[in-house]
Amino acid sequence: MRNFGYFRAASAAEAVQAGATPQVHYLAGGTNLVDLLKYRVEQPEALVDINRLPYGHIEELPDGGLRLGALVTNAATAYDARVQARYPLLSSAILAGASAQLRNAATNGGNLNQRTRCPYFYDVAAACNKREPGSGCAALGGHNRDLAILGTSESCIATFPSDMCVALRVLDAQVRLLGPAGERVVPIAEYHRLPGAEPWRDNNLLPGELVTAIDLPPTDFGQHYTYLKIRDRLSYAFALVSVAVALRLDEAGHVLDAHLALGGVAHKPWRVSEAEDLLTGQLPSAEVFGAAADALLAGAKGQGENDFKLVLARRAIVRACWQAAAGTPQSQSDKHIR
Amino acid sequence: MSETISYNNAPVPVALTINGQVHQIAVEPRTTLLDLLREHLGLMGTKKGCDHGQCGACTVLLNGERRVSCLTLAVSHDEATVTTVEGLAEGDVLSPLQQAFLEYDAFQCGYCTPGQLCSAQGLLREGHARTRDEVRELMSGNLCRCGAYPHITDAILSVLLTQQPAP
Ligand SMILES: Cc1cc2nc3c(=O)[nH]c(=O)nc-3n(C[C@H](O)[C@H](O)[C@H](O)COP(=O)(O)OP(=O)(O)OC[C@H]3O[C@@H](n4cnc5c(N)ncnc54)[C@H](O)[C@@H]3O)c2cc1C
Ligand code: SF4
Ligand code: FES
Ligand code: FES
Repeated sequence: MRNFGYFRAASAAEAVQAGATPQVHYLAGGTNLVDLLKYRVEQPEALVDINRLPYGHIEELPDGGLRLGALVTNAATAYDARVQARYPLLSSAILAGASAQLRNAATNGGNLNQRTRCPYFYDVAAACNKREPGSGCAALGGHNRDLAILGTSESCIATFPSDMCVALRVLDAQVRLLGPAGERVVPIAEYHRLPGAEPWRDNNLLPGELVTAIDLPPTDFGQHYTYLKIRDRLSYAFALVSVAVALRLDEAGHVLDAHLALGGVAHKPWRVSEAEDLLTGQLPSAEVFGAAADALLAGAKGQGENDFKLVLARRAIVRACWQAAAGTPQSQSDKHIR
Repeated sequence: MSETISYNNAPVPVALTINGQVHQIAVEPRTTLLDLLREHLGLMGTKKGCDHGQCGACTVLLNGERRVSCLTLAVSHDEATVTTVEGLAEGDVLSPLQQAFLEYDAFQCGYCTPGQLCSAQGLLREGHARTRDEVRELMSGNLCRCGAYPHITDAILSVLLTQQPAP
């Protein structure tokens, strides 16, 4: 690992000022950044340590929502009694990711900004447009088993690997930012980007901008939800495909409102309103869920090694819809998929 | 103003309480807690398996919470308390987990064991595991190349069951 300077920010203003210099990175839990430093994928001049900033709390919002501080750990978020009671989908998705040790260190802001796990991105000897703009993409026609089937471009087929963010997408979270130009709020839908012609930009964070919090709007998805994650091992592995579903049903079982998103298949959590519209007003059935899955996967394209994801994703979506409709969310410790 | 700045990558002073002993050390910003323990302080109990957060062999307790020390920058944890495998026993008296690992034959080569022990200690403190499935899931961050998982799980469960009242 190349050495670097270190700056322990005592206030947000100070952090943002220091962070606005190119070649400087914010340090939160370090579980992604330190790894990237070791591989020399990132070689900053200095780190700005943000761990002493006052973003380590979960707070009630006046509208009945919840504000998750950027520095609250993934573990503290997942086990928070308010999150478990009101946003169990978020708890479940976080607990499906990484390991207990990593979740104790990983922060909400860091999770949002974690980088892809594309193997060529990590291999500094390989061509990778995300790491080195213009160098090409070794994953096209290479080992792309883990990579994207939706929203890809000719320059990059990487996926965004977060589990937490798939749930945030379903819950319509808002990301609160502080930058040199002041504060702004970005809906989670507009936070992460598709690779397009600029795959080095994972998200729409501007230079020096700091995530301060994630706001969850009030929702009523405590009953009918699931986070179904399919991976090569039963635990401690990134998703090949994951599905977050949240439904509201009327007394007769008709779908009043449906939110679904996919992880492991695109450069951002994947959500399509047409798929959700197909569910609204319907009673659960294999046909209805299958149609929604097809709409969610419209335009999906395999890259060779990952062709299996087309079939796997469709089945996982249908199964997750059944789990949510029945009110029997996927357990993150009993690994049987029912 | 800012607390600490390292220009030109100069070492930064940190104070860490490790297994009850205070250490004042100057570390380069890039020094991981794992390298600090092993290379600077000679505490070789904590193992470097992968150095990338993927195996759990380097697990220690940081302010009581289990963490992978290989992805933890020491400089970021000034004034923290660290417990490594060397600090689990009280003198010659093994901790309940250490005793259980012996009784249940929960290791073969032993390379993963320091990390397993620290991780299990963290798991007990967290209090989220009650069943065998939950222990397995919440210990999944610790790989064992020898495949001693069933006995590791048995050992942890035995301590867990003595610690929690029967339902
Ligand atoms: C072995 C392993 C397995 C994993 N498995 C999973 C998994 O299954 N599912 C999953 O979702 N994740 C997984 N992860 C990833 C893990 O969730 C992330 O590493 C973690 O969430 C990053 O958080 P952090 O606080 O450690 O971020 P850091 O490593 O400190 O930072 C990551 C990036 O975010 C930036 N950043 C951090 N905080 C802020 C902020 N407040 N504002 C602006 N920028 C910021 C940093 O500058 C850096 O670029 C795994 C990681 C490892 C090592
Ligand atoms: S898919 Fe994206 S991240 Fe992977 S090698 Fe291609 S450009 Fe790099
Ligand atoms: S050495 Fe730290 S997790 Fe493997
Ligand atoms: S006992 Fe050998 S690696 Fe676990």
